[in-house]
Amino acid sequence: MASAQAAGAPPAPAAPKSRKSVTGTRRTVAVLFLLPAMVLLGALVVYPIGYSVIRSFYDQSGDGFAGFDNYQALFTDDGIRTALKNNVIWVVFAPTVATALGLIFAVLTERVSWGTAFKLVVFMPMAISMLAAGIIFRLVYDQDPDKGVANAVWVGVHDTFAQSSAFPKAHPGRESPLRAAPGGGFLTEDPVSAGTPVSLPLVGVAPDKMPDSAAKAARAKAEPDEVTGTTWQDFTRGKGVGTLGGIDPAELGYAGMRIEAVKDGEVVASTTAADDGTFTLPAAADGARLRLPADNFKEPYNGVDWLGPSLVTPAIIGSYIWMWAGFAMVLIAAGLAGIPRDLLEAARVDGANEWQVFRRITVPLLAPVLAVVTVTLMINVLKVFDLVFIIAPGSSQDDANVLALELYRKGFSEDQPGVASAISVFLLLLVIPVMWFNVRRLRREVRR
Amino acid sequence: MSADAGRLTKAAPEPLTAVEGERSLGARLVSFVSGGMVRVFLIVVGLFWLVPTLGLLLSSLRPPDEMSASGWWEVFGKPSQLTFDSYDKLLGNSDITDSILNTVLITVPATVLVVVIGALAGYAFAWMEFPGRDWWFLGVVGLLVVPVQVALIPIAELFGNIGIFGSLIGVVLFHVGFGLPFAVFLLRNFFAEIPRELLEAARLDGAGELRLFFRVVMPLGGPAIAALGIFQFLWVWNDMLVALIFTDADSQPITVALQTQVRQFGSNVDVLAPGAFISMVIPLVVFFAFQRQFVSGVMAGAVK
Repeated sequence: MASAQAAGAPPAPAAPKSRKSVTGTRRTVAVLFLLPAMVLLGALVVYPIGYSVIRSFYDQSGDGFAGFDNYQALFTDDGIRTALKNNVIWVVFAPTVATALGLIFAVLTERVSWGTAFKLVVFMPMAISMLAAGIIFRLVYDQDPDKGVANAVWVGVHDTFAQSSAFPKAHPGRESPLRAAPGGGFLTEDPVSAGTPVSLPLVGVAPDKMPDSAAKAARAKAEPDEVTGTTWQDFTRGKGVGTLGGIDPAELGYAGMRIEAVKDGEVVASTTAADDGTFTLPAAADGARLRLPADNFKEPYNGVDWLGPSLVTPAIIGSYIWMWAGFAMVLIAAGLAGIPRDLLEAARVDGANEWQVFRRITVPLLAPVLAVVTVTLMINVLKVFDLVFIIAPGSSQDDANVLALELYRKGFSEDQPGVASAISVFLLLLVIPVMWFNVRRLRREVRR
Repeated sequence: MSADAGRLTKAAPEPLTAVEGERSLGARLVSFVSGGMVRVFLIVVGLFWLVPTLGLLLSSLRPPDEMSASGWWEVFGKPSQLTFDSYDKLLGNSDITDSILNTVLITVPATVLVVVIGALAGYAFAWMEFPGRDWWFLGVVGLLVVPVQVALIPIAELFGNIGIFGSLIGVVLFHVGFGLPFAVFLLRNFFAEIPRELLEAARLDGAGELRLFFRVVMPLGGPAIAALGIFQFLWVWNDMLVALIFTDADSQPITVALQTQVRQFGSNVDVLAPGAFISMVIPLVVFFAFQRQFVSGVMAGAVK
């Protein structure tokens, strides 16, 4: 915040009583120097504030006085209410998470030799436009796990822990011994017996949905003390169904299909089919009926709908944090550099561990910087527009709405300048405390 | 502190009573493991920050039909599919090249004007005497946090009335107006630190007002002016909202031109990805070339 120092100026010596003009006291000169700035500020910043305040009390056409109607709309209009709610979520989470990450990064980078490189990487998004960041994250959040990296990773992790073979839309073909089971899945009509290989053919799995490991289906060997069999896709491409109920050369086994042996409603044994579709159940399955339980036939897990109505706001906040955590990190790192090292060393010598040093010394000393960063980000977040406008797809833009976006819509596409002005005045009111704080702090400095 | 100290030593696993050699070994082990964890953590975070941009870059370098079929990471298996076709096509599109030119035509004047006008006013606030000087300055500081949203509707009407709505001049003026509070604030504070003797000496040498300003004040203000210039340049270059409202099809910058493409996202990644990357090139070059100035600008701008 101390701008002059930040920009590299020598620290102020005890400021002279007052900086009397060194150019003589001709006021006309002062006026000439100030005129361009004052005219532009007056016309482009001050005048619009007054205009917006007045405009917010008039109706949409601008002819009739509307009192507080436009402000009432802030709390009754559905779009604005969603926007308000989302802005609260934004203001609560985005600045705090970004500041917390910035703090963690700033502290940790001090311990590695490549800290500067790391800082460069994290700070880099500050330099690019929100539009570019928006496009970057549209790609990241793409729903299709084959295209969006977020879902690719998510599905990858999910499938590592959950069973991944699934056979959506599989169903018994003609002359199959399987029937739909109550509660989903399929059940053999007749009990099976050890020593007689069982056939469990199904049809209907699209070729690209078959597991990659599926191999050519093989006939199971008969084993006297075990129930064996094959489960496979009983369908030969291009040649109709092939031999119904029989294994044809090009037909694939249902690799990974789960099979349960059920006796009187109880599962007595279960197994998973090998790549060629063969399976083996212990003797306990003798006389049971075989069931292919329903979870074999669920649609494959397709990842998270990041930009759907429920997650779109957190997803966009994530992209904001990607952009602004570097800002927090750099400011906090500058604050960190000002902390006396011997204070930290003294605590370590006293036996404090790193967490305690962090919690009881670093954070309290950084509190002013943390406050400045958080407040700055809050002001910034109030005005967030581009990211939401770009990342939220048309279908969920209403759910991702924020005040700045709603102002744009009301003012420039729905032709409601009265309501839009009320939103802008509301935004201005929210930043007035910060404005007041800035002016007070500077008044003390100026008066030195 | 002493009350805390008891608790601290109790929680710390290596009290002073431990055998000397054992302690240093244990401490070394702990610091090795935690140091390793810190490294792993930072590497993972670094990847988190790099991968999205890398994805954009690689997406822009793949042929469109590959883009719609598979993820950009497939390129690691088939590096031969990398191609500049999308860039070629994009740069052959006059809408895009015109919009890049517009971005330059908006950004350069908006930056130069803010620096010059802000420096004039900052100097006056720092070194000239006139009634109410500090109050005027505080007024400008108060404007630092005014959201641009407040001005969109009024200025759109104002520009419409004087006939510059949709023109480059309008966008430039808007950016200058909203860049000035920060410029005046930053430069006034910096100029105020210039040693008085320097200015007086120049004055005694017979330098006039303008000469003093351009020959003494501006050069001495170099670091602050650089920080301000970089900050303002990136700010304007990266702006979308202001340009979205105040430009038309002929004056739109690259951000607005690309934004119109986002509506059909999915089918046109071959336009969006290279377009976004082109729009990022200049800011990234500026960022890497002038990191220090940019960081000091950002830090000074923490009030904005």
